[in-house]
Amino acid sequence: MAATSNGKANGATRWIGTRPVRPDGVDKVTGRARFGADVHLPNMLVGKVLRSPHAHARIRSIDASAALALPGVKTVVTRDDFNDLSSEFVPAGEMLVNYRDVVRNVMAREKALFEGHPVAAVAAVSEKVAREALALIDVDYEVLPHVLDVVDAMAPDAPLLHEDMITAGVEPAPTKPSNIAKVVEFKLGDVAAGFAEADIVIEREFSTQPVHQGYIEPHSCIANYSEDDQAELWCTTQGHFVVRGHCAKLLGMDVSKLRVTASEIGGGFGGKTVVYLEPVALMLSRKSGQPVKMTMSREEVFRASGPAAGTRVWVKIGMTNEGRITAGEAVLKYQAGAFQGSPVQPGCMCAFAPYDLDHVKVIGYDVLVNRPKVAAYRAPGAPQSEFAVESVVDELAKRIGMDPVELRLKNAAKQGTKAAYGPTFGPVGLVETLEQAKAHEHYRAPLKPGQGRGVASGFWFNIGGETCATLNLGEDGTIALVAGTPDIGGSRASLCLQAAETLGVDVERIRPLIGDTSTLGYTFLTGGSRTAFASGMAVVEAGKDMIRQLCERAAKVWDIPVEAVEWSDGEARPAGSNAGEFDPLSLADLARLAGKTGGPFVGRAQINAQGAGPSFGTHIVDVDVDRETGRVTIERYTVIQDAGTAVHPSYVEGQLQGGAVQGIGWALNEEYIYDDKGRLQNPGFLDYRIPVCSDVPMIDTVIVEVPNPTHPYGVRGVGETPIVPPMAAIANAVEGALGMRFMDLPMSPPRVLKALEDARIAEAA
Amino acid sequence: MAKAHVTTTVNGDPVEFLCDAEQTLLDVLRDELYLTGSKEGCGSGDCGACSVIVDDRLVCACLMLGVEAEGHSIETIEGMANGDQLHPLQTKFLEHAALQCGVCTPGILVAAKSLLERNPDPTEIEVRYWLAGNLCRCTGYDKIVRAVLDTAQEIRGG
Repeated sequence: MAATSNGKANGATRWIGTRPVRPDGVDKVTGRARFGADVHLPNMLVGKVLRSPHAHARIRSIDASAALALPGVKTVVTRDDFNDLSSEFVPAGEMLVNYRDVVRNVMAREKALFEGHPVAAVAAVSEKVAREALALIDVDYEVLPHVLDVVDAMAPDAPLLHEDMITAGVEPAPTKPSNIAKVVEFKLGDVAAGFAEADIVIEREFSTQPVHQGYIEPHSCIANYSEDDQAELWCTTQGHFVVRGHCAKLLGMDVSKLRVTASEIGGGFGGKTVVYLEPVALMLSRKSGQPVKMTMSREEVFRASGPAAGTRVWVKIGMTNEGRITAGEAVLKYQAGAFQGSPVQPGCMCAFAPYDLDHVKVIGYDVLVNRPKVAAYRAPGAPQSEFAVESVVDELAKRIGMDPVELRLKNAAKQGTKAAYGPTFGPVGLVETLEQAKAHEHYRAPLKPGQGRGVASGFWFNIGGETCATLNLGEDGTIALVAGTPDIGGSRASLCLQAAETLGVDVERIRPLIGDTSTLGYTFLTGGSRTAFASGMAVVEAGKDMIRQLCERAAKVWDIPVEAVEWSDGEARPAGSNAGEFDPLSLADLARLAGKTGGPFVGRAQINAQGAGPSFGTHIVDVDVDRETGRVTIERYTVIQDAGTAVHPSYVEGQLQGGAVQGIGWALNEEYIYDDKGRLQNPGFLDYRIPVCSDVPMIDTVIVEVPNPTHPYGVRGVGETPIVPPMAAIANAVEGALGMRFMDLPMSPPRVLKALEDARIAEAA
Repeated sequence: MAKAHVTTTVNGDPVEFLCDAEQTLLDVLRDELYLTGSKEGCGSGDCGACSVIVDDRLVCACLMLGVEAEGHSIETIEGMANGDQLHPLQTKFLEHAALQCGVCTPGILVAAKSLLERNPDPTEIEVRYWLAGNLCRCTGYDKIVRAVLDTAQEIRGG
């Protein structure tokens, strides 16, 4: 299919590819939309968390008696209130969680493992009283040596976070514990043979710092636990069914007795796929018998939630003088934070995915450090490993004087390419994005003196998974669409368009709702770029289910066989002249007749969506480097990505633009700064600086459409891939501007300035 | 300490409330008056999600005390539409898809309105610097800036 710049599909569709106003739009521009912290309940208490001031400390005792004696304090929760849980891994987005660790992350048990680790929580009549109570809780700590750096944590004499941690994935199993939770390996072919074919081999080591997802809405929830052991929970989350499962497990409840409602969500990017406050609020509510509201401050968000893994990545790539890549090898060391489960596995899977290679070897280490447990952040693990690979590929191109887009085209993954992590790709759009890049006016535009241009490609595999959807036909022929995936960036608009297309009705006649956990069957969370794909597939299936019912009723009304009825343009019609002469029956006609023909119409789907098509993108960026201040300015930026089919092109563009700007922040500014005691020094938006409006230019987008054959309308997830290329694209552009390659992120003004000064000193010497 | 009694004007209506001395204007708006359209993203004046207009001045409601509202006139996102008529900025934000999660949107709309009241014909650079105090993590700002520029043009009759 031809690549297009306006995202319009192939013309055979009526609704897919259009840009209606989103159904939740007016609520969001008037302040009416209710986010996590926007609800108040009668008789509500306020819950607050006491957090460890130490990066690593044994908790000898906790005495909350003085806090409990304070007037207005209703209850206190500590480790003693939660049962210990055995080791059991369950999926959470593209990552796994272990309940033994979840219960400890929510409330420290034997030890506090990072600064900000919860050690107690209090519920009181007001925030003021709750704060006073926290100061009265006496925790006796034995401070232990801590470790923050991933390489230091792998050393044999490093302080151990978990004294019983034996590295998994190594044969024979080590006899001594370490901070290395897991080693993973992906291999294809024989890298030694591949490097033997190479004329040029480049190996480099890269580092990235932990960065926070930076959603503007802090975590927040209200729990209301009743005396008959049932509870309601309102919270901001990417997956209320997952929250229900985790909370029920931690509180020893039946899932059916816990009804979780997802509020409007003020950003997540992967960071709201896990639980922090929710089980604590439920426990405080259970003990106090009153509703409890808990909201994190921004400082708490930084100290105790997220971030993306900080990493050390070594990459070696071999290439012939003609520009054919012969082998790729990498070693990835990813910080997991205080509990195992860094995204090193997806990091390994994605590292060389944009290339059609015969010989690949990638080894990954999942390493514990005294930092908050990492959470998924948009294509978790991929930006770090692909930053390294795409930087080396750029260096290889420059070494032989080949255009970097040309080099990528020569080696690009395409349909039939076997990826090192297993699958053979179906139709994928990397080549199309590279061709678009080559043809784009941006790529040929002249640069001003001192500026540099960089390109990089990126990959994310995308996921499907368990998904339900319901379409309820109203008596006037309008439809309530119920989905189970929280809408984080316009997915309700996309789901309505897919339902309208399937049923052949005006999209304005469909009203969407994100149902709570009691209204739908289990539905996995919004993550892995799966919502437009998987909930979309479920909505289409539900639409077909409803069409079957509608055709049956029309057959009944006309007294003809159901096979003689077809559904077309939102109407039941006799299928051909042999079926008889009848006036069409519209959705509204059939809805009106429902009571007389057999009862209400409900279209349902419960699916396990398979075949999420991977998405590739290619970014072009121009930078200007201020040699006096070290500031890198993004002068121009173009994102080109395969969306399969862009259902609502405006929100596809929005994903591409937003992902690119998050990547700009990751590349240029964002990092956690710790003191020598392991305490975070920049837990706020003033000192942890995410891109602001004046930092960036317009972000041009080109949507490529190579339909995903497994989705009825060709949809691929688009949300995650756009954060993958920016770091390398910008580093490659900075190299173009300065002739200096930065292998450590962020390329912040102090680092750039230091590199420039070091170069000046070296030149003078 | 006894709570303070404050008399003020919110979105044109006379309002009285009681508040503790340390409660911010944002706390009062959200927790006492239940005007939850103004959001708390940071509580330190860095994100702009709580932007309100106090006597024609754009301020972060988290940086002002509730008691300081005495005698002043406060405009929040809830007062932006005129009855059932959306403000042109609200309409343009919807048309341009200038929001994703929407949590920063109320603050950005209030800030943009304040800009256009001062400068009906801003350049892209002026829009970007005026909105530099309003963080958005979803959109990359592109569609927001376009929506503001388009609104300005429409209000000018272009």
